[in-house]
Amino acid sequence: MSSVLQLQRQFIDYTTSLHNEGYLDNQFTELQKLQDESNPDFVTEVVSMYFEDSDKLLNNLTTALQQRNVDYKQVDAHAHQFKGSSSSIGAKRVTNVCAHFKGFCEAKNLDGCLRCLQQVKQEYIFFRNKLEALFRLEQQILQAGGSVPMVE
Amino acid sequence: MEAAKELHVLAVDDSNIDRKLIEKLLKVSSFKVTVVDSGSRALEYLRLDDDTCSSRFDDLKVNLIITDYSMPGMTGYELLKKIKNSSTLKEIPVVIMSSENILTRIDRCLEEGAEDYLLKPVKLSDVTRLKDTILNTKNRLPRSCHMNASMSPPVSPAPKLC
Repeated sequence: MSSVLQLQRQFIDYTTSLHNEGYLDNQFTELQKLQDESNPDFVTEVVSMYFEDSDKLLNNLTTALQQRNVDYKQVDAHAHQFKGSSSSIGAKRVTNVCAHFKGFCEAKNLDGCLRCLQQVKQEYIFFRNKLEALFRLEQQILQAGGSVPMVE
Repeated sequence: MEAAKELHVLAVDDSNIDRKLIEKLLKVSSFKVTVVDSGSRALEYLRLDDDTCSSRFDDLKVNLIITDYSMPGMTGYELLKKIKNSSTLKEIPVVIMSSENILTRIDRCLEEGAEDYLLKPVKLSDVTRLKDTILNTKNRLPRSCHMNASMSPPVSPAPKLC
């Protein structure tokens, strides 16, 4: 059974690695700054909203690209929305992959868009898994009676 | 006689995540906040505030409007134009938020009378600066370098923000 100190160290190390590997950027830290005692679940609320939205957006993107006559404006609109929400929560790698959609949509390049979609799904799944692991660590710390360290 | 009232900001964004964020940012910065999801709802809210005898509902008075640029239906730019063309609403400062750092877009918004153009994701430091924006608008004196559509018509291509 890990001590609180060990869990906290794990948390710090994990958060740092997520930043170093580019999964998270400064915006995530900005979100954490907005969390306080009056709203202790702010970050998880925003991230849950993001996961829900993302599932829908990915479905929309998939459907849009399966049409016989692909509406590239629509694809671009979905990708733009996904890029925006990913950027708002600090999902750096997802945001960067979304940015590639624009060029392929403007060129009406179906193959390019499909490859992009694969990449976005991949990055999103990685991101989701890592964030869920981070939140689990947080929960463990809180259950062990400790406080979650702020990682600058 | 009255204690300093909280400044009231109307935030407009079609993204639910961004609405949640901007609301939090504004509340943490001690603003009173109303959030809507479209330009048409924003105008509804502003006109409602205007129709009802606003002196009685002084605490509904909007001191600043902050709006996303890219929205379906009415864009933030179109909303800005409508506000600046309204005799009753044009004094309210408008700030645009956008994920795109496009110079022509920025210039266009500033020319149309926007007080500021914030790049998304908007940070706490951007929001705390809004207080100054509101206060500057209230005590506006003619400024030599920064053009503002509500002060005087632009005579030349918009100069860069000082």
